[in-house]
Amino acid sequence: MTTAAIPTTRKAGRKPASMAQALTSALRDAMTEDPTVHVMGEDVGSLGGVFRITDGLVKEFGEERCTDTPLAEAGILGTAIGMAMYGLRPVVEMQFDAFAYPAFEQLISHVSRMRNRTRGAMPMPLTIRIPYGGGIGGVEHHSDSSEAYYMATPGLHVVTPATVADAYGLLRASIASDDPVVFLEPKRLYWSKADWSPEQPEQVAPIGRAVVRRAGRSASLITYGPSVPVCLEAAEAARSEGWDLEVVDLRSLVPFDDETVCASVRRTGRAVVVHESTGFGGPGGEIAARITERCFHYLEAPVLRVAGFDLPYPPPMLERHHLPGVDRVLDAVARLQWEADWTSEPGRGGAERIAGGAH
Amino acid sequence: MTVLEQPGSYRPTPPPAWQPRTDPAPLLPDAEPYRLLGTDAVADADPGLLLRLYAELVRGRRYNAQATALTRQGRLAVYPSSTGQEACEIAAGLALADQDWLFPSYRDTLAVIARGVDPVEALTLLRGDWHTGYDPGEHRVAPLCTPLATQLPHAVGLAHAARLKGDDVVALAMVGDGGTSEGDFHEALNFAAVWRAPVVFLVQNNGFAISVPLAKQTAAPSLAHKGVGYGIPGRLVDGNDAVAMHEVLTEAVERARTGGGPTLIEAVTYRVEAHTNADDATRYRTDAEVEAWRAHDPIELLEHELRSRGLLTDDVITEARDAAEQMAARLRERMNADAALDPMDLFAHVYAEKTSQLQEQAAQLRAELDAELDAEEER
Repeated sequence: MTTAAIPTTRKAGRKPASMAQALTSALRDAMTEDPTVHVMGEDVGSLGGVFRITDGLVKEFGEERCTDTPLAEAGILGTAIGMAMYGLRPVVEMQFDAFAYPAFEQLISHVSRMRNRTRGAMPMPLTIRIPYGGGIGGVEHHSDSSEAYYMATPGLHVVTPATVADAYGLLRASIASDDPVVFLEPKRLYWSKADWSPEQPEQVAPIGRAVVRRAGRSASLITYGPSVPVCLEAAEAARSEGWDLEVVDLRSLVPFDDETVCASVRRTGRAVVVHESTGFGGPGGEIAARITERCFHYLEAPVLRVAGFDLPYPPPMLERHHLPGVDRVLDAVARLQWEADWTSEPGRGGAERIAGGAH
Repeated sequence: MTVLEQPGSYRPTPPPAWQPRTDPAPLLPDAEPYRLLGTDAVADADPGLLLRLYAELVRGRRYNAQATALTRQGRLAVYPSSTGQEACEIAAGLALADQDWLFPSYRDTLAVIARGVDPVEALTLLRGDWHTGYDPGEHRVAPLCTPLATQLPHAVGLAHAARLKGDDVVALAMVGDGGTSEGDFHEALNFAAVWRAPVVFLVQNNGFAISVPLAKQTAAPSLAHKGVGYGIPGRLVDGNDAVAMHEVLTEAVERARTGGGPTLIEAVTYRVEAHTNADDATRYRTDAEVEAWRAHDPIELLEHELRSRGLLTDDVITEARDAAEQMAARLRERMNADAALDPMDLFAHVYAEKTSQLQEQAAQLRAELDAELDAEEER
């Protein structure tokens, strides 16, 4: 299971920080700078959250701004809506992906459409943090990738970081956003580390921009969240096969950055979308369709998807067979019709193997 | 042999952590709905209040009749009437101070206009030209809420936020008998009680959730009893008694305002008309039942008291009726004008800024509209 963080250039005097620490820093800094920011959820107080993301906040800001709520997700989100109506900027923690489902009606019928319903008079500056995805040995209901539901709901932003720097930068941007943001935290990356300083957090690209994590010429891996390190590892492994893979980290599923994704695919001529979420009706279908609609004449092969199987999330002892891993990504890359070179775009596609490739 | 196995040596004591949290007795509602009209106690009621309630009730009934007529003329998509429930609606509107907030359900248009919202703007949802026609912040009235009971936690959150800020604000949340079966009702009550939020829950038990009678909705002794499990006092009131409704709501609002926490009020009333103009109430209830409730009419109950005090003069009747007719005429006139629609508004308020996808789609609609316009010009 890949949990390695994305390496960044080491700067002098910095210590490695985890994604969890960066998220905590983001909450603390947002609460310090803006007194309207309130954190609320189950066990976010003295426990600091089951993943310790809210660690220390109640001590620093008091129970009124970091509130242990009753155990009822619709109530948590529903009351947060009322708080937002009164001008606060609530940051709600849903303890696990599948525990967010009781709050669905509040999210879909109110959070996502309050601005629209009131012609802009009542925006919803809410952030809903949801630890998501598998790979941590969680038992049933603790490992869902539920992003497709949120993506299918107009009015929500859907954001998910894959790096320590993005965890901080995107969470700060989400809290500052006047639109509601479903902030999906890849829980198996919580303990991933990178060279990052809470005193000098670097600027990251805004919500809505994808970032090329690894430049390559042979094919584009389009991915996000917990699958980004998998794809980076696959790209390294692919070198020995003669493929130079580009890895695009979407960072934000809504708004979707067609521009960066399509620019990458037009460069490489081939694309694989990789995510943990189930494939059927999952985000990959939308992404593949968008690429096909916009890049058809640049494509050497159909856009392929590597996704979780179309089944309820498996028990922990079987989850490794379900999660897209490096081998499954490489298998998909191998199926990208390397014999074809029909777009005859020079300097790209199947013709452009790196030297020494075995294929 | 352990201590548990020695006969007679073990005396169980309650586990040390357990203690009763709240004495339930003061939370229990009365056995009968609280009434003032028709009792000796109504003598204390202020004549000015009685006259104000009378004028508002007459106006409210006329509004319901006019809105229902507008559905038949195709000017409203649908109207869920509150005829027979005007006492609850008007008392809710009047019980709040200016800075307080009202959280209405879709049947509570009357309470919304009693708060001062423009009657046409209050009907935007039901006319169908947008979802909410008024700025909620302007009159402190949340959007009319269709998903049952989902507005109740909003009221709790807003009241809680106001209290954290030190503001003197009470939220009044309205829901029907069917809505008390929804999970959000229970979660809202629980959060309100735990946070001691300055909020009042008003349940209008009008007998039916569309066609389903209360007996199929709950086995609770009364809906007011549902507060007890959360540590919230329940009040049972005759919802057709405008004076009792006004008193109980005012007391509950005052209790919330002074830090006493939430109250759950069940107003026992009756939906005299069908669920909406699209419903056929004869399929699930008898005329005799409706007639029995018509005999307990909120306006007639109040008229009886006014008459016995010599306050129901011809002038009072005429004035109330004329004001109601003027309101209805003005409403008719304004609703007969076509709503101003701009299809491009569809994209205006989805996000603070349009996504690139919405920009593309807005451009597509713009082009379609331009093509329609060109085609019309050519004709």
